[in-house]
Amino acid sequence: MENNDKLLVRLKKEGGFKNMKKNFMLKSLILILVFSMALIGCAQESEPGEKPEEPTDEPLENEVKVGMVTDVGGVNDNSFNQSAWEGLERLKRAGGDVNYIESQGEGDFEPNLNEFVNGGWDLTWGIGFLMGDAIKAIAEQNPESNFGIIDAVVDAPNVVSTVFKEHEGSYLVGVVAAMTTKSNKIGFVGGMDIPVIKKFETGFLEGVKAVNPDIDVKVEYTGSFTDAGLGKASAATMYDNGVDVIFHAAGGVGDGVFGEASERSGVWVIGVDKDQSITFGDEITLTSMMKYVDEAVYQVSRDYAEGNFKGGIRELGLAENGVGLPDENPNISEEVMNAVNEYKEKIINGEIVVPSGIE
Amino acid sequence: MDWLKIFVDLTHNTIVFSTALVFAAIGGMFSERSGVVNIALEGLMIIGAFTGAVVTFFVDQSLGGSPISPWIGFISAIVAGIIFSLPHAVASIRYQADQVVSGIALNFLAIGVAIYFTKVLFDGSAQTKTLKASFDKWEIPFLADQSTIGALFKAYPTSVIMILVVVISYVVLFKTPFGLRLRAVGEHPRAADTMGINVFRTRYIAVMISGALAAMGGATIVLTTTNNFTHSTISGQGFIALAALIFGKWHPTKTMFAALFFGMATALRSVLQQFGITDYIPVDFIFILPYVLTILVLAGLIGRADAPSALGRPYELGSR
Repeated sequence: MENNDKLLVRLKKEGGFKNMKKNFMLKSLILILVFSMALIGCAQESEPGEKPEEPTDEPLENEVKVGMVTDVGGVNDNSFNQSAWEGLERLKRAGGDVNYIESQGEGDFEPNLNEFVNGGWDLTWGIGFLMGDAIKAIAEQNPESNFGIIDAVVDAPNVVSTVFKEHEGSYLVGVVAAMTTKSNKIGFVGGMDIPVIKKFETGFLEGVKAVNPDIDVKVEYTGSFTDAGLGKASAATMYDNGVDVIFHAAGGVGDGVFGEASERSGVWVIGVDKDQSITFGDEITLTSMMKYVDEAVYQVSRDYAEGNFKGGIRELGLAENGVGLPDENPNISEEVMNAVNEYKEKIINGEIVVPSGIE
Repeated sequence: MDWLKIFVDLTHNTIVFSTALVFAAIGGMFSERSGVVNIALEGLMIIGAFTGAVVTFFVDQSLGGSPISPWIGFISAIVAGIIFSLPHAVASIRYQADQVVSGIALNFLAIGVAIYFTKVLFDGSAQTKTLKASFDKWEIPFLADQSTIGALFKAYPTSVIMILVVVISYVVLFKTPFGLRLRAVGEHPRAADTMGINVFRTRYIAVMISGALAAMGGATIVLTTTNNFTHSTISGQGFIALAALIFGKWHPTKTMFAALFFGMATALRSVLQQFGITDYIPVDFIFILPYVLTILVLAGLIGRADAPSALGRPYELGSR
């Protein structure tokens, strides 16, 4: 690409490498030393406990081994994989034997499930809609083993399918968002465009509309549950355009939404699955659409240990305390909370039927 | 809708998402200008992201929360990137291995090492905890408060560093003896050798610079956008950087604009969806937009891309 002759002429003028530093090996050695010291420094750090206080349960009478396979978000995803694992950790404190494997891609689902099945584990959980097909395949191949799945329905006698009425909980946070926004612009950031997330979106839009039909809700799907950068991009664009409350149903992508909100003032995020104010703070977390995955995982696993396992569908909505707002909401005024409770009553007694957006 | 504001915000977001790509692409430029193919940019970014996240997390924890911890993480990432680029340098310079194979091996090694140590450090989980400390945007007072154009006067420190890196790279490559030697080694190592240039040493230095810059790119991603490290934090950015390098014809400023172009494709995804385009076309078409743009640009608009003549060819002493 360069004219070689011209280069050569200039090289001759400047004369070889006499200006080059000769102690470059020495320098790299020093760098390596510095870095190893940094590493050793890290290794000596220990993590302080930041666990919330833990409920104490009756110890289990029987031994039980329960495994879970996460979908592509891992057990620190600040979202439902983490919540599921907290359910199993609770079982562990009651005397159960529990473990998890994290999947790095959809190709890992079946091998990971097989790890537990072949290892003789009593009950194996698949966490998330994306694992539905894998659970179905493995459950049919291993009729003697038992499985649980979250967010998907698998029709097999040895599988408990746990699904949530996310649209009901999302309706309530929609009410909160609509009563909190000052700009009358609200955002929804979804992960992949799949039925579970559609339920969040539909319920949320209904809730907003119930309070004020004139509010402009911007909806964006990022196409990912893991790429926080995309969440940050969506949130930045929404906030730039006057949105002041964003509800995310996007797993790890939501971390980016919180990240963007933390750099601004006067904006809110509504978290999902867990009480995300614990991770991201009350300054930006308006409330969270809780999905009590931990409770569901714990209950089904405990039922199994006590010999009450039954395959089939468990559907958990507001009435079953499967979804809802966290117990403490320091950012929600009494007036808004009263309205939320009114809507909640109406949904539970059937006066309001929240559409789920899917057939 | 205010078009000026849309333009300003799009520009701002483009810079946020391009910064890491520019670092990695400029890193690749140094290596390839010296004649060493660096397909390992992806792996080097992974190492940078991993080191940046882990060091920042533990330093911040031990200091009890401090604004300097992301800087310590950022610098550690640079050091880690330099060290991690050495196997590639040794294999392809000293042992004259196939540079593509060596680079791919490094990519696999990087993700394996990073996930392994994340599991060791974080209780068996393949993702780090969310960082409490990360880079805050720098603002120019008064100007940054303007609602319409304010976003133009806010940037992460890494974006400022990125601009400096591009300028310095340009000067080094085209205005200094070292840059001249680097290019000579990449074009005609035999001739350079005859002139008394140490080809091996020049290539080692070039590969190490590329390790440092690519790792800065990885660290930028965890310290400004994702705030944690997982197996999917770096998924393809290294290869997009490589594409930007080719698109930019191995030239620092052109490479920067190429990387900005790819960053804009990401920023555009959000803008298009939120302005209601999805009422007319399925959202999946918006998701594939960056890749379609990449193919269109590389296939149609770029023209002839001439790589450095000696790119990919190991140099043997005394060879012709």
